[in-house]
Amino acid sequence: MATTATDTSAYTHDHGNAHVDDRPFIRKYIFSTDHKIIGIQFLIMSLTFLLLGGTLAMVMRWQLGFPGKPLPGGTLLPETYTNNGVVLPEFYNSAVTMHGTFMVFFAIMPLLVGVFGNYLIPLKIGAPDMAFPRINMASFWTAVPAGLLMLAGFFVEGGSAAAGWTSYAPLSARSDLTGVHLGQIFWCLSLIILGLSSIMGSFNYITTVINMRAPGMNWFRLPLSIWALFVTACLVLLAIPVLSGAAILLLFDQTIGTHFFDPQAGGQPLLWQHLFWFFGHPEVYILILPAMGMASDIIANGARKPIFGYTSMVLAIISIGFLGWGVWGHHMFQSGMNPTLGTTFMISTLLIAVPSAIKTFNWLGTIWQGNITFHVPMLHALAFVSMFVIGGLSGVFMAASPFDIYIHDTYFIVAHLHYVLFGGSLFAIFAAVTYWYPKMFGRMMNPFWGRVHFWLTLVFYNFTFFPMHQLGLHGHMRRIYDPTQYAFLREMQPVNQFISISAFCLFATQFLFAANFILSWFKGEKAPNNPWLDNGLEWTLPSPPPHGNFATVPTVYRGPYEYSSPHSDLDYIPQNVPTPGGAGAAHPQPAGD
Amino acid sequence: MDKLLSWMLPPGASTFVGDIDWIYYLILAVTGIAFVLVEVALIVFLIRYRKRPGRKATYIHGSNRAEIIWTSVTAVVVVIIGILSAPAWNKIKGREGVPPNAMPIGIEAKQFEWNVTYPGPDGKLGTADDFTIRGQLHVPVDRPTVAMLTSQDAIHSFFVPSFRIKQDAVPGMHIRVWFQPTKVGEYELGCAELCGLGHYRMRAVVTVHTQQDYDRWVASQAHSVAQR
Repeated sequence: MATTATDTSAYTHDHGNAHVDDRPFIRKYIFSTDHKIIGIQFLIMSLTFLLLGGTLAMVMRWQLGFPGKPLPGGTLLPETYTNNGVVLPEFYNSAVTMHGTFMVFFAIMPLLVGVFGNYLIPLKIGAPDMAFPRINMASFWTAVPAGLLMLAGFFVEGGSAAAGWTSYAPLSARSDLTGVHLGQIFWCLSLIILGLSSIMGSFNYITTVINMRAPGMNWFRLPLSIWALFVTACLVLLAIPVLSGAAILLLFDQTIGTHFFDPQAGGQPLLWQHLFWFFGHPEVYILILPAMGMASDIIANGARKPIFGYTSMVLAIISIGFLGWGVWGHHMFQSGMNPTLGTTFMISTLLIAVPSAIKTFNWLGTIWQGNITFHVPMLHALAFVSMFVIGGLSGVFMAASPFDIYIHDTYFIVAHLHYVLFGGSLFAIFAAVTYWYPKMFGRMMNPFWGRVHFWLTLVFYNFTFFPMHQLGLHGHMRRIYDPTQYAFLREMQPVNQFISISAFCLFATQFLFAANFILSWFKGEKAPNNPWLDNGLEWTLPSPPPHGNFATVPTVYRGPYEYSSPHSDLDYIPQNVPTPGGAGAAHPQPAGD
Repeated sequence: MDKLLSWMLPPGASTFVGDIDWIYYLILAVTGIAFVLVEVALIVFLIRYRKRPGRKATYIHGSNRAEIIWTSVTAVVVVIIGILSAPAWNKIKGREGVPPNAMPIGIEAKQFEWNVTYPGPDGKLGTADDFTIRGQLHVPVDRPTVAMLTSQDAIHSFFVPSFRIKQDAVPGMHIRVWFQPTKVGEYELGCAELCGLGHYRMRAVVTVHTQQDYDRWVASQAHSVAQR
């Protein structure tokens, strides 16, 4: 069982006056220790970076679709970025690097972990707040300077980092190779600082889930979103220090004359890649596991049916958490590492497809024989499943190491990673934001504009990223500023133009989401406590929930997916209701089955 | 446009085409079937089980039988793909894979050019008749060539799409990469690893000659080098 009676009374006492909130504005909204406010702060920060990262993608797509043509508005940029409006290779490489860096570290990761880890964990497990609220506040206020420092790269001499988001040494270590000095240093410093933020967040989540579950909330009554966020927090805690360590070594190479990655003085460039990807592949699962978990919650709700195979879903999350540590070498098949390792990593990489497939089949099992409501979050969650399938299957091509020889570092991998990170993570984020928005802000988002945004995004997203598979199969290298330099790529230029125009439409569509998000905050319809008729504990609270969350500690009687149970006249039973409405089930239902 | 959006691989010109392309088509078939099954099932379920008034979803929590079936089928399929792929990997990248009769050349990458060192008429690298040419890779047809690949500065990546070969060139490392062209003609060599501002134009021309043409070309180059 989760917590003992004494534990519970301990935190009830602290937050006995949950509804009386007399904190001054600055403590309530700026330097708040309330996990809900911190979650919303992360949401605003990471959506801002999502917009910035998207803007940089538009710069790249302009240059790739129309190389040599002046970028609209390009003349407004400094002459180190554009020449008469035409994007310079310096700016292109910066855009490539910062697009990836912003999206991975300052948009998708904080959206999943920072926003929903913070917002959902205490609410869903029945806790008043995180285990360490002040450390939680420090975690957010450490992420902000990290983001500002990363942005500052654009305003210093030499521009921002330009060695790719993977920062391969020695390119990233020697400013004579890129012409960027301060920008590369800022990149390292920013990620070291951001790492502190992630570490503070992750041990907080782990402690909270282990120690602060409400009575009755045993491990097998946890929502899959919480399971996923818990395993993700473990991955963050173990993986981020590796990145921080590597970034510190790189920073030393850049600034104080060490040569960890410089072969001219006995260093080893592949060391960077091993360290980076030893962090980087668990990172890939950090970016998808919470998306899987939240999509599971939303799909069960939309289908009005218990999640199919709860136990195997949990085991799949855990096994991804373990297997994710043994596959980093597939990023390095062509790097010159010992080819025998290539075979090992090929097998481990192919095996990690198994838990992903299990999850997909279980989602299908969940909607099978359901009674499906297509609310906006459900639409996004279903798009998540169908796009993640494409991203997962395209991964098999690269896992097979001999074929990877051909498609490594081509647009095939660009297509694959965007099917996982946009088609997967971002659709799940849209699902989660639209699902929990009423709880966060006390107002509903406009469902009509939500649908318009969903369908346009789905169409333009596929128009943008699907043809990249074909570009890759044709041999189109990634990260090249001007593909028309190559005769064999000139014939593919119409495809590049089609992708660029689709990308512009995709980008424009996102302003519908932004407008809906902002306007609903002020003008949206007032949200009821439980707009989606969900079983989770957060939906038993007012929207938005008060500081301290639960006036009395809830008791949990069953798992979170009891939809359409024959024990109730309604098609859902909240987790904290002792006896389901109507039918005479005197005994609490055991979790799962 | 529809021709450009083909699932076929472009024509190749080395023996690796035979080793690699069928793996692609195999995976394309397997993943294509999986894709169609999953997406069709998804769409059928969404239509068939859409919300209707007065109906309740079926109250079931899963099926161990279904879990065992789809877990084991997926595991068997991916392991088979791995087993079928391993020989080609060992042949192309394995340290024992380089044919003993391969013609040795040296390739040194630097920002943003490919410098190729040829063994000269004696066929041996490291002798006085070696000569180095920038931005041109000349090789004989139907005979394996093995390049000792390295880099002077950043990491570059040697990529000849028509030969289906790619190998990073890493400073401080000398990596052997081999290939055997099968068709006389001109091809393109590109850099596939971001290496700096000129990464996008780090291009070279690959010329595959008949053996006689190649010998003639080597003789003429060696002669002009000797003249200098």
